[in-house]
Amino acid sequence: MSDHSHKELPFWRKYIFSVDHKVIGIQYAVTGLLFLFFGFCLVMLIRWQLAYPGQELPFIGSWFPETQMIGGIMLPEFYYQLGAMHGTIMVFLGVVPLAVGGFGNYVVPLQIGAPDMAFPKLNMMSYWLYFIGGVLMLASFFVPGGSAQSGWTSYPPLSVIAAGGQTWWLIGMAFLINSSLLGSVNFIVTIIQLRAPGLSFNRLPFYVWAQFVTALLLLLAFPPLMAAAVLQLMDRLAGTSFFIPTGLVVNDAITHFVGGGNPILWQHLFWFLAHPEVYVLILPAMGIVAEIIACNTRKPLYGYKALVYSVCFVGFMSFVVWAHHMFLTNMGTTMSTFFQITTMIISIPSIVILTSLILSLWGGSIRFNTPMLFAIAFLPMFAIGGLTGLPLGLAAADIHLHDTYYVIGHFHYVVAPGTIFALFAGVYHWFPKATGRKMSEFLGKLHFFPSLVLMNCIFTPMLIMGLAGALRRMYDPTQYAHAQAVQPLNVFISISAFCLALAQIPFIINFFYSIFWGKKVDDNPWQATTLEWATPTPPPHGNFLKAPEVYRGPYEYSVPGQKKDFWPQDMKGAN
Amino acid sequence: MSDAAEIRFISKPHPITGVTNSKLGVWCFLASEVMLFGGLFSAYILLRIGATEWPHGSTILNVPLATLNTMILIVSSVTMVMSWASLALKNFSKYRFYMAITILLGIAFLVVKSFEYAHKFEHHHYPSTNNFYGIYFTLTGLHGLHVIGGIFLNLYLLLPGSKLWKTNPEQFMGRVEAAGLYWHFVDLVWIFLFPTLYLL
Repeated sequence: MSDHSHKELPFWRKYIFSVDHKVIGIQYAVTGLLFLFFGFCLVMLIRWQLAYPGQELPFIGSWFPETQMIGGIMLPEFYYQLGAMHGTIMVFLGVVPLAVGGFGNYVVPLQIGAPDMAFPKLNMMSYWLYFIGGVLMLASFFVPGGSAQSGWTSYPPLSVIAAGGQTWWLIGMAFLINSSLLGSVNFIVTIIQLRAPGLSFNRLPFYVWAQFVTALLLLLAFPPLMAAAVLQLMDRLAGTSFFIPTGLVVNDAITHFVGGGNPILWQHLFWFLAHPEVYVLILPAMGIVAEIIACNTRKPLYGYKALVYSVCFVGFMSFVVWAHHMFLTNMGTTMSTFFQITTMIISIPSIVILTSLILSLWGGSIRFNTPMLFAIAFLPMFAIGGLTGLPLGLAAADIHLHDTYYVIGHFHYVVAPGTIFALFAGVYHWFPKATGRKMSEFLGKLHFFPSLVLMNCIFTPMLIMGLAGALRRMYDPTQYAHAQAVQPLNVFISISAFCLALAQIPFIINFFYSIFWGKKVDDNPWQATTLEWATPTPPPHGNFLKAPEVYRGPYEYSVPGQKKDFWPQDMKGAN
Repeated sequence: MSDAAEIRFISKPHPITGVTNSKLGVWCFLASEVMLFGGLFSAYILLRIGATEWPHGSTILNVPLATLNTMILIVSSVTMVMSWASLALKNFSKYRFYMAITILLGIAFLVVKSFEYAHKFEHHHYPSTNNFYGIYFTLTGLHGLHVIGGIFLNLYLLLPGSKLWKTNPEQFMGRVEAAGLYWHFVDLVWIFLFPTLYLL
């Protein structure tokens, strides 16, 4: 790398096809944020249909083509496309790229004192594979028959006989899977090989531990989905019957498939990925929250070792709980019992992590700045998300709750006010390192408080609707007698969702305003201890001016006998 | 630029882990590949135990040709090791000889495979015929793609990539070793595929 450093790189090498982990991280983060915004727009269309079924979409309804809306009234096919693509985009193109690709790429090499990722060119390739996958997903809206419409889970046989967009979905997923494969290999090698001298594993910041376990999950869980995608592509393109049972009848006609396959096979392969994927969504968020809490309570994390062991145990257990998504298939009570037990076991380390983070607040002199507000809000929001998941992990309760709005409320509590709040916290926390300027505290609080209230206005009613039996994939909820009583809640949720969109405006303004006019800060504006704050701001290509050495653990705040209340990891001798 | 900006352990192994970055990376990649083929083999098992009838591979597939292919791949694994060992003995011309043999054997494997495919298509046996042919074409096709990938990798190391031998022999050996690990893996997958599809 060193021969590149003296001469100025051309624009397209420096900012577009860059091999610098920080530029790639920012590329991931910005693309991820755009996809999050786009996925949110999709769900606002869904919310309009659910609150006011059969009514014309105001203002923009006439912009949609006849295949999607007629006279501004949404067609069922388009509704299902929106549902499938909202889930896909939020999970695979929004949250994971932002949490792992964005924050992971930017922060992990800095926190371990490395000049870059171990394989910079693979890193660039990983971003561009993700980009192509995203473009394919977006393009699928414009193919005949529209995009994928069989849910983000793409259950066969529906997905195999669905219109053309599903093929694009599968090919797009293949790109995303390969992107995450390259990324996860890169993270694992970087964290194992490139730690600064003195930075042993038990001195790693918790965030790096979380990313390490996440990378292992991505490495080992995604390939079975690749296998499943290959098999479904064969079903769709080569006419095989891997997921098609014998004698499948569609529209009163026998299909051309020979049959003999098994639709449940897809569910096993899909959930073997998608359950670890849930932890891919949550572990980096926990890591971000841990960093911010330690820094802003000015004291060490409570139970660092318990946190580390728990995160490793969660990672391991996440591979043996997948069939708790499948209690309603005929897999039998023995299998159900096994997966109920593992599901209850995996909740224990999750609770240990959450408890440690809550106890970390105890006795701290807390600074309530914007990143800390988001990080603190993460704790009860994630707790609600986690605890509402317990009834779903028990087959007896799940039979009633399966595929209802209760499930939607449960996992959105984990991901939306949970993970996405943590990601916002991360943006506010590391923004000064990336730009040299702080984001506005006033706009940050204007973003935080309405978002917190509205998130709860959206997702708590969903839990109630689900208990009343409202199903998750209904195009027109007024058509079902049992869902009538909770229909007013749908209107309330939708209005809250539209307001939540408005509540994001301060963030968008703040983000762009602060890049140019935010308050200038020095290299370590939060008085933090970890290595990323020991670099110049913004860090140059190669990161550190002098290769750092590490002398102590990551959270040496308020050490008795020290002059300052933080003792950086790379500071030789007393403070 | 100072040492701070150098990525370490590209050509020399890490003193504690004992491996270079690329070697650890390849092992991680192979772990992921194990999960990929593991998923497909699991699918095979589930489809087979769920099927009302499942043909014996030996009755409809060409076992002698597949045996020949197995031999070809095993020999190519040996020549791959020989090419790496030649580098260790600082004999570059022998390296090129053995690497070329490895590539030719990889191509020979694909040629034999294409005869097998053509024979099946002639008799109108397609992936859509039944799930046995479906999984047979999927698994061997995906394996064939891996072989093609390996051939291109080896071609790179034989021709343009071999310039690195002059400037940084240690790193070049690391690359050949990494390519070798991948090639052995592709060989190993076939050694599982052969009995599963052709004999059981």
